[in-house]
Amino acid sequence: MKLIKIDQQSWAAGIEKVKSDYRVFGPVKEKNDHEFKLLEQNEMPDVNCQNTRLSPKSIIYPQSQVMFTYSLDESKDDCRIMKEVENVKSPMAIIGVRPCDALAFPIVRRNFDSPEYQDTYWIKAYEATTFVGLACNSACGTCFCTSAGTGPFGEEGLDVLMIADGDDLYAKSITAKGESFIQAAGWTTEAESAVDSKIDELKTAAESSINSSVATDKIKNKTILELYDAPFWEEEAFACINCGTCTYVCPTCWCFDVQDETHGKSGIRMRNWDSCMFPLFTHHASGHNPRNVKYERLRQRFMHKLKYYVDKYDNGIQCVGCGRCIRLCPVNIDIRKICYKMNSFDAESCVCEATSS
Amino acid sequence: MTEYTDKIKEIAKRVLTEGKVEMVIGFREGSVPMMNQPHYATSAESVDELVWDCNCGLNLANYITDKKGNIGIIAKGCDSRNIVTHVIENKIKRDQLYIIGVPCTGMIDHQKINAMFDQEILTVEESGDKITITGNGFSKTMSKQELLTENCAVCTHRNPIEYDELAGDLVEEQKDVDPYASVTKVESMSADEKWNYFEDLLSPCIRCYACRNACPLCYCPTCFVDESRPQWVGKSQDPTDVRTFHLLRAYHCAGRCTDCGACERVCPMGIKIREFTKKLNKDCLELYGWEAGLSLDERPPLDTFKTDDPDEFIK
Repeated sequence: MKLIKIDQQSWAAGIEKVKSDYRVFGPVKEKNDHEFKLLEQNEMPDVNCQNTRLSPKSIIYPQSQVMFTYSLDESKDDCRIMKEVENVKSPMAIIGVRPCDALAFPIVRRNFDSPEYQDTYWIKAYEATTFVGLACNSACGTCFCTSAGTGPFGEEGLDVLMIADGDDLYAKSITAKGESFIQAAGWTTEAESAVDSKIDELKTAAESSINSSVATDKIKNKTILELYDAPFWEEEAFACINCGTCTYVCPTCWCFDVQDETHGKSGIRMRNWDSCMFPLFTHHASGHNPRNVKYERLRQRFMHKLKYYVDKYDNGIQCVGCGRCIRLCPVNIDIRKICYKMNSFDAESCVCEATSS
Repeated sequence: MTEYTDKIKEIAKRVLTEGKVEMVIGFREGSVPMMNQPHYATSAESVDELVWDCNCGLNLANYITDKKGNIGIIAKGCDSRNIVTHVIENKIKRDQLYIIGVPCTGMIDHQKINAMFDQEILTVEESGDKITITGNGFSKTMSKQELLTENCAVCTHRNPIEYDELAGDLVEEQKDVDPYASVTKVESMSADEKWNYFEDLLSPCIRCYACRNACPLCYCPTCFVDESRPQWVGKSQDPTDVRTFHLLRAYHCAGRCTDCGACERVCPMGIKIREFTKKLNKDCLELYGWEAGLSLDERPPLDTFKTDDPDEFIK
């Protein structure tokens, strides 16, 4: 695939140009941290942002999303009829998606767009979006993308991959959507062929800057109950305060709760992100709660990402190694450590130890 | 404060070996800089993981709520005040606890420090009253006082109130600090300015409830925002519901909050949550001369009645 060179001037001009065809989102620094925002006129995405505090998942899957409206007015014909809300109106482009966050979209898609069920809200937003990635030239200490199915120059989930080299950017279209985006931006200068080896060097340097890794290879061959009954969950969950931080900052956590809100005679049916860390998540109408204590909730999160998902889809783990949950967990629960415990857990030797002591 | 670590280990080892307690709750070193993790030791061997330094800002009283058995707990000034509050509110019995008191010289603000540097911080080392922050290609040594969390910078109860044994000599309390400077500033605003100020303050909230869950005061079996039969508060990002959560939670902490700062420390979005609780702390001090958690023998002003109550709020 041909490589396009974008200098600073054509970068700014191109971003302004695509805003007439797309709603353009990009990382913007607000207060102390970067977040993905809809870019206003003359507002540029910050390509120097290491990564945003929250992942870009909310652009496709908002934290609160109205799905239906309804009326409770008996005098009207449409009383109690749920009317679907059209959420996506125009093409969107997300600029500066890091490869870890990009991989999260195909992972989440397995849940929202399966042969049995198609989530119209997620699918419409996803299909309307062009994902313009930005390769990472150096990693954070908490990054472990290379052991979570991608890498700092990973392309899965992206339509365009951009690579920064000093003040210059190089763009490679990966899909037809990406090709259209590059055309819309008016970026046409082909890079010299010598750039290829330079990019290979950047890629090698980026990969070697990752010093965190996790092994998950043995989890698949252990039985669910073996891991479920492992003795380390209570100890690892001691510090956990059961807040929703890890799940809300995670690019691959997809759970939601449906709520109706009525004001007078009109109402909305919406969905809101939910978290398996919350007791209410599994609270039955009977009053019974199958995950009544906090270690059961912590165990659920890691078992889902590293075991149930793996068994169900046979397509890697439900984690992209972005490290947000490690950086933002208020009590330092570290998924790398839990991975290690799960992967290296040997039920037989554990039973022996317990019996002999 | 790193010198407390050895003494803490020694005491923890002794009380566990003597069978005085079944566990000692403290901190172990975290996997990323400035993030120590609450942890417990149950045997003389496991106390070696325990550490103490300026990254122990979470409130450990949060980990003893309704616990059975005898527990050792490491307590700095604010933790000890929340332990007192727990005892007063019948969440634990004083004689269940062996309190290892830590005279505190303040905890550093990991959010502020992370925001000071564009690059990732790799190590943060404490040496006396100096902190050295190092990353790829930079290293900076600063005075600890400049890096303290906002609540620690204005703390006037650094020494534990209630303890069985100390891990170090008592420290001098800070004088000439105004814990309520930012409250006074908000009080002087017009109604519109106040509205905009709090609107901006709460706008990043993602309703993860980390503030509530890190707070030792928030131990209700079912929080009002989690009530589902009937549901009291909406669950969306509607600003009315976000505000309702924060304001009601703050009022529920009135006369009980020790300004330990756990709510702010844990907020993934960096919200200054103490702006709410501090106003109520100031009112309690001005109206009733009350600061929470200073005595096991006095009832908090909002759960008792006195004929000479000022009633200023109702006149």
